[in-house]
Amino acid sequence: MQTVKMVVTGPFSAGKTQFIQSVSEIDVVATERKISKADEKAIKNATTVAMDFGRITVDDDLVLYLFGTPGQKRFDFMWEILAEGMLGFIVMVDSTRPETFREARTILETFRAYAPTPYVVAANKQDMPDAWDVDDMRVALRLGQNTKLLPCVATDKESVKQVLLELLYSILEEMER
Amino acid sequence: MALRGNLRDFTVTQLLNLVHLARKTGMLSIQGTNEQADIFFREGKLAYARTNKEDDHLAYVLYKTNVLSKAQYKAIASRAQGMSDKELGLLLINAGYVTQEVIINSLQQYFADIIRRLFTWAEGLFNFENDARPPADRITVRLDLENIIIEGARQLREMEQLMQEIPSLDIALKFTDRPGTNLRNVNLSVEEWRVVSYVSPKNTLRQIARAANLSDLEIRRIVYGLLQAGLVEMVRPELTPRTLDRSKMFPVQDKGEQRTLVNRLIDRIRSL
Repeated sequence: MQTVKMVVTGPFSAGKTQFIQSVSEIDVVATERKISKADEKAIKNATTVAMDFGRITVDDDLVLYLFGTPGQKRFDFMWEILAEGMLGFIVMVDSTRPETFREARTILETFRAYAPTPYVVAANKQDMPDAWDVDDMRVALRLGQNTKLLPCVATDKESVKQVLLELLYSILEEMER
Repeated sequence: MALRGNLRDFTVTQLLNLVHLARKTGMLSIQGTNEQADIFFREGKLAYARTNKEDDHLAYVLYKTNVLSKAQYKAIASRAQGMSDKELGLLLINAGYVTQEVIINSLQQYFADIIRRLFTWAEGLFNFENDARPPADRITVRLDLENIIIEGARQLREMEQLMQEIPSLDIALKFTDRPGTNLRNVNLSVEEWRVVSYVSPKNTLRQIARAANLSDLEIRRIVYGLLQAGLVEMVRPELTPRTLDRSKMFPVQDKGEQRTLVNRLIDRIRSL
């Protein structure tokens, strides 16, 4: 059995676990813990502390694993371990929380430093009324025109599929160079 | 107990606060990446400061604080060889060139500037030698540390914010592709122009800072401004191209098989 992996990263509460959950054929193996910090608790009750783990079986011979990283900075020691040997990565950004854009940018740079693999940025929660416009997010995140910034709704399977496909297209394009 | 360690763990601001609160007398030596500074305190107040990169004689201090012109400094420095700072100070006062107040203010400004530079050092070994005194022939001051500490804390906060924006100095800059922007129409300071003149994907920020003689804080501050103005963007330096190690990414090594594998993944995702 051959295996490949992709990493889903991004700031705290960007929607990484939900993203994997939407396409994984198994229930996501989540390492969530109740949140202790009051300010973070106001956003959600539990968070990933080690990793999330989802699986998509391609055929008898090939399996794609999806790893979600913990979003909180104090667990960033896990990032490099998860980045090892990845096919590519997705940076999830919560379009409704501009205060996390700077951190998303830092995470993106950090993962680029681990491995120069292809990546895409997913502007999550685009279905929310206070979501930032994707073009505005491109400016705020300081992403070049060549970087794929994709509108996304992590609860919507089709939307998640589109993000994964765009990453795979980028991987193919990179292989042609 | 020895007061020694690394600025990584204990900042200059914290050290000054300690000296101030404990009313310490002695010399704080800090060995930075490429510069050493010695700061002398008397009963918790700043008395004297010097670095190994600059002449610490009075004539140089007066020149650096714009009291003397370069020509005056050179003339005095050549004629006052062998003269102590105290003797030179008296000579200048008696000749009517400067007042005692001007000398004291210049020294205070020069010493405080040295400490401000130390605030930008993120790393360096420090050691506090109790009861060490400044050289006897130098003029000392008694400068309260409170304002310097507050300024240091402010700079520290700024540095933390800049570190978030520009986490590493090992990245390079390139001009953004904005045909409408003409650099000639932008008002830049001398330092900013100097940085702009080095902008190239081949030069890391660290190299630019060294070439332009800027501290970590100064280069980050300038680059942050240029980034916010949309004039430049951060790129990986060209001199350190990283190759993609596909052998770790794929379970197969043949490029054709790798391509087939990705296409199988695409087909599967589409069919979900």
